[in-house]
This record gives sequence, C-alpha cells and structure tokens, in this order.
Amino acid sequence: MTDAAQIDDHMPEDHVPDRSKMSVSDEVAIQIDNMNKWYGEFHVLRDINLTVNRGERIVICGPSGSGKSTLIRCINRLEEHQKGDIVVNDVELNSDLKNIDKIRAEVGMVFQHFNLFPHLTILENCTLAPIWVRKTPKKEAEADAMQMLERVKIPEQAHKFPGQLSGGQQQRVAIARSLCMKPRIMLFDEPTSALDPEMIKEVLDTMIGLAEEGMTMLVVTHEMGFARMVANRVIFMDEGQIVEQNEPEEFFNNPKSDRTKLFLSQILGH
Amino acid sequence: MSSDTSISYVASGQIPPSPPPAATTGVMGWMRENLFDGWMNSVLTIVSIAAIVLIVPPIIDWAFLRGVWNAGSLSECREIVAAAHGEGVRGACWAVINERFNQFLFGFYPTHLYWRPILAFVLMFVALAPVLFTQVPRFMLWFSLIYPVVAFLLIWGGMGLEPVESAKLGGFMLALIIGTTGIVASLPIGILLALGRQSSMFFIKTICVIFIEFIRGVPLITLLFVASVLLNYFLPPGTEFDLILRVCIMVTLFSSAYMAEVIRGGLAALPQGQYEAADALGLNYWKSTRLIIMPQALKVSIPGIVNSFIGLFKDTTLVSVIGLLDPVGLLNPIRADSNWNGILWELYLFVALFFFIFCFGMSRYSMYLERKLKTDR
Ligand SMILES: Nc1ncnc2c1ncn2[C@@H]1O[C@H](COP(=O)(O)OP(=O)(O)OP(=O)(O)O)[C@@H](O)[C@H]1O
Ligand SMILES: [Mg+2]
Repeated sequence: MTDAAQIDDHMPEDHVPDRSKMSVSDEVAIQIDNMNKWYGEFHVLRDINLTVNRGERIVICGPSGSGKSTLIRCINRLEEHQKGDIVVNDVELNSDLKNIDKIRAEVGMVFQHFNLFPHLTILENCTLAPIWVRKTPKKEAEADAMQMLERVKIPEQAHKFPGQLSGGQQQRVAIARSLCMKPRIMLFDEPTSALDPEMIKEVLDTMIGLAEEGMTMLVVTHEMGFARMVANRVIFMDEGQIVEQNEPEEFFNNPKSDRTKLFLSQILGH
Repeated sequence: MSSDTSISYVASGQIPPSPPPAATTGVMGWMRENLFDGWMNSVLTIVSIAAIVLIVPPIIDWAFLRGVWNAGSLSECREIVAAAHGEGVRGACWAVINERFNQFLFGFYPTHLYWRPILAFVLMFVALAPVLFTQVPRFMLWFSLIYPVVAFLLIWGGMGLEPVESAKLGGFMLALIIGTTGIVASLPIGILLALGRQSSMFFIKTICVIFIEFIRGVPLITLLFVASVLLNYFLPPGTEFDLILRVCIMVTLFSSAYMAEVIRGGLAALPQGQYEAADALGLNYWKSTRLIIMPQALKVSIPGIVNSFIGLFKDTTLVSVIGLLDPVGLLNPIRADSNWNGILWELYLFVALFFFIFCFGMSRYSMYLERKLKTDR
C-alpha cells in the first residue's frame, strides 16, 4: 500500500464511496459449485466454487486470458458450462430455456464495448427490454427509463442515437438500460477498459452509486481503486482457476499466493 | 544553443479569421476542383464535352425533331420524314408505339375491362405507400396486407367480376405482376433462408444451404422451362395450375436465394456484441431477431437488396422465352406485322425506358432509405 494516489487515480474525487450504505445479507444470490468449462479441448474454467450473497460487491481480476469474462458470462448463459451447477436467484441454470430467460431478466450485464443498439434512440434502448420482456406498458417503461437516465445523469440525451454520444455517456446508458429491467444482480465485464480517464470517472461514479443502493455486483475490472474502496471481496483468477480471494484490505496488503503477488506487482507498477 | 531557439515558438497574437481565397469557392472553385484539376482531368473534361456535343444533338434530332407520332405503317412514317426533312434523312417512327400502346400496357386484355388493371395499378401505390414511407398512417398497412387479394381479383376476375384468362395477360402489366410478386415474396423468404442458414439446428441449416446453393447454381431460364414444361409431369394429371402463377413462384424462389445471401452478408456485418446484449436483456430468439438483429442487418443490406430487386425486375423479360407476352415477348408479333416490318430501335428504346423508370425509381428510393436510416451522426 505504498502508492495509493497512483492506484486510485480514476476514482471520482467528489464521490467517496460510503461503505456504511453497503450491506451484505445472508440470502444467497448466486451459487456456483464445481463448475467447469471447456472450449473444445481447452479447459478454460476449472472447478469454480463461488457463493455470492445479496448485496456483495465482488471484483474479479487476473491476467488476460485467465477466464474472468468466461466466468461471469456463464452466470447469464452467454456461455454454457459443461460440468457443475450454477444457481442464480434460486433458479438452476440448465438447458431449460424458461430458466435461462428467467435468469437473464433478473441479471443485468454491462460490456466493455457498451453494445448499445445503434438503430434505436437512447430512450428506445432503455425501454425495449421492459416492453418486450417484462410487458411493461410503453408509457410506464418510458417514465422508468427517464428516471434511470436521470440517475446516470444524461436525461437530456434521451432522444439521441448512441453514435452521437461519448464513450462514457454510452457506457452510462448501457448501465441504465440494464437497470431498467430492475435486475437483482449486475455483471460488469471491464466496463471502463475502453474509456478515457475522465470518462472512467463518470462510469465509476455511477457504479459506486449502485453499490450504495445495495446492488449485488460482480465486476471484472483493473480499477484497483474501485476494488479497494467499493468491493467487499476481491477474487484473483489465473489459468481458469480462482487462485485467491479475500477482503480488499487483506488482498492488497497481504496477498498469500505468489501468483497474486506477481500480478499485483505488475498491475500496481512496483 | 542555436537548435534550442529554432524549436521554441510562441504565437505573437491571435490571427483574425478571413474568408477563403475566391479561387477555391463558388462556381469557379468547383470547376477548378472537379473539372480542371490537373492536365489529365482537363483533357478528360474536354473529351467528354466533345463527345456530348457530337452524340446528343443528333439523337435529339432523330427522336424528337424528326420523330413521327401519327402514321399507319413504317413506310408512311418514312414518307412523312422525307417530305419534311428531305430524302434519305432518318427520323424516329413513334407511331408504332402510339398504335400498339394498349397492347404494350395490357397485352390482349379485354378492352372494356382495362379499368380493372388500371385500378389495381393505382391501388398498388396506395398499398406500397405505408410500407415505403413511415409518414403514412400505420392503419393503411391493413390495406397493404389485403392488396394481393384485391389485385388478383381485379386482374383475373372472380367474386362477381368477369373472369379473364391468363393467356390474355401481357405487356407491362405482366412484367409488373411477376416483378412485384417476386420482389414482395422474395424478401421474407430470403430473410427466413438467411436465418435458417445461420441456425444451430442441423436439419434446418442443411435444407437452407442446399436450397440456396441449388437455386443459385441454376440459370433462371432453366427454372422457367421447368415451370412451363416439366412441372406438368410432376403435378397430378388434370390439375389446372396457372402458368403465370408457376412463373411467379419460380421467379420468387430464384430471387429469394440471392436475397438470402445478401441478407446473410448483412448479418455477418453485425458485431457479436449485438447478439450478446440482446440475449443478456432476456430477449428470446425471435424477439431479438425482429427488434435488434434484422433491422440492422437489413439496413446494411439495402444496396444489395435493391440491387437484387432491380435484377429480378429486369429478369422478368426472360419469360418471353417460354412464350409469355411480356413487353419483350410482344415485340416479335409487332415486328412480324407487315405494316411495321423492319422497325427496331423505337420498340426496344420504349421498352428500355419503361424498365429504366421503375429501376431508377427503386434505386432512388434505396438512397433515400439509406439516408433516412443513418443514425450515427
Ligand atoms: N469462443 C472461444 N473459443 C475458444 N477459446 C476461447 C473463446 N473465448 C475465449 N477463449 C479463450 O478462453 C480463455 C479465457 O478467455 P476470457 O475471455 O474469459 O479471458 P479474460 O480473463 O476475460 O481475459 P481478458 O482480460 O483478455 O478479457 C482465453 O485463453 C481465450 O483465448
Ligand atoms: Mg475479458
């Protein structure tokens, strides 16, 4: 913990995360048991065991290719696991399409490259899933969406198209779009990696707000400042395995495994 | 030290804005930039202007100034031109178009029933309007939906209207019937084929691939012969299966195979992230296809789709080979008429003009649509 300023440099100065607002309940949100996944012959996830309680903010880090994205994409079935069990919101994830739809409606996901729908306006991006999946009446969906856009601080962009927005704004729209489905869990896959520093701050600001509202969050990120100040647990993955997990203080100050030490020394630059 | 002073620089003040030099703006600027930009460009410009001056006036003379609109035969035309402009001068004999105009439009459709195809033609635009232009009220789409039935009844009769047999249909009417049927039906079939080809279901995928590759590998004219001759062998004896309907089906199948490939190109252009985002939001396959994937894939494919439409519309002239009297099929009986024996240019130019108008219209519409759907600026 020598170089805190350098580590934390993308955190918004005017929004210090308030940990007293973040509480973890006993209720289990995600339960992963002995999960394995292969791409052809390549064993990409190996014996993953992970229990996530409601209200947890988990940061997942690790070197490129370690399987971080694959892990969180298994949780909403963007990738299929071949062995072990995943239970999300008490629904078992198997090939039953009904279960998959049920889980996806309750689990929001934010991607590195935003993946907004370029042919729809910002507002339409936000109302599409509520209207077509949740069957919310259009008026109500639009009112909800405007509220979400206000929360991510871009209500004035509602009638523009994604291509007309900056990267940071697009990512905040992507978060709002997920929130419009009123998810109970949010997955983030490197949400700030494609952004400039100023924009990273905007997005982290939004994510801190979410954490303070008690959202269950799994975040793949290299923003160690965010991990330190918001996460209640940091998971380090390498070669398809969970190598180490701990509370952020312990994780950063006192890493146990050599691989973690090496990774931290590389990412923190000393 | 001298190198230090040479790279250090401080602006001495703000330069006020000034207008661009006259030579780069206005008509002169445009000409300089587009017509006389370098010697190569200048030579090409001068050669082009010379070509236009040499070619266009004689054509205008022939077609309009010396054109004859009223005459009973080709020889009469020639006499009129000779009388007005001197012996040996040539002029267009549009009189043949004038005399055969109704035949060009309707083939041998009963004269007293001309109002029916005309009404069907006008209603076609009413039916197309809400599909082509979003400004038109949406309830009009209901009419678009029932229009095929309306048009069928108007043209072939039935339900109280005097029936007209297929053999009497011809001319531009026939080209439009086959063309629009093919265009309207091949787009949805092409979409389904393209989706099927991408499907993860083995049998659906295989069937789509075989269909597309087979149809694309066979010339349209072969399919038309199959429609006109071979199909009779396969159908149960005694079944009455209209030739025009058979041709419409073949043309539709042919063009839907091409359409499928054009749309597949559009699908391939979509980033994987669009599928993932739709999935992650809980949209099922059909909803994400309809709301997210297809609108974008079709938008990218517009030039290719319209290209196929135009190709298909012009290919309808091939039906003349199996004896249908489309505009090209009508030319032979006209040229065989002793009154008009020897006439050539006027007939083909007229048919070409008809096709050009419709194809150019489609091309312009596609450009309008591309501009309208542009959302990235
Ligand atoms: N569709 C696929 N087919 C085959 N191999 C894949 C596929 N997707 C990912 N992989 C491989 O699986 C491994 C894990 O990929 P994953 O995207 O989960 O890594 P990651 O930890 O998210 O890395 P990064 O930090 O670069 O995003 C990598 O070695 C990758 O090459
Ligand atoms: Mg990744």
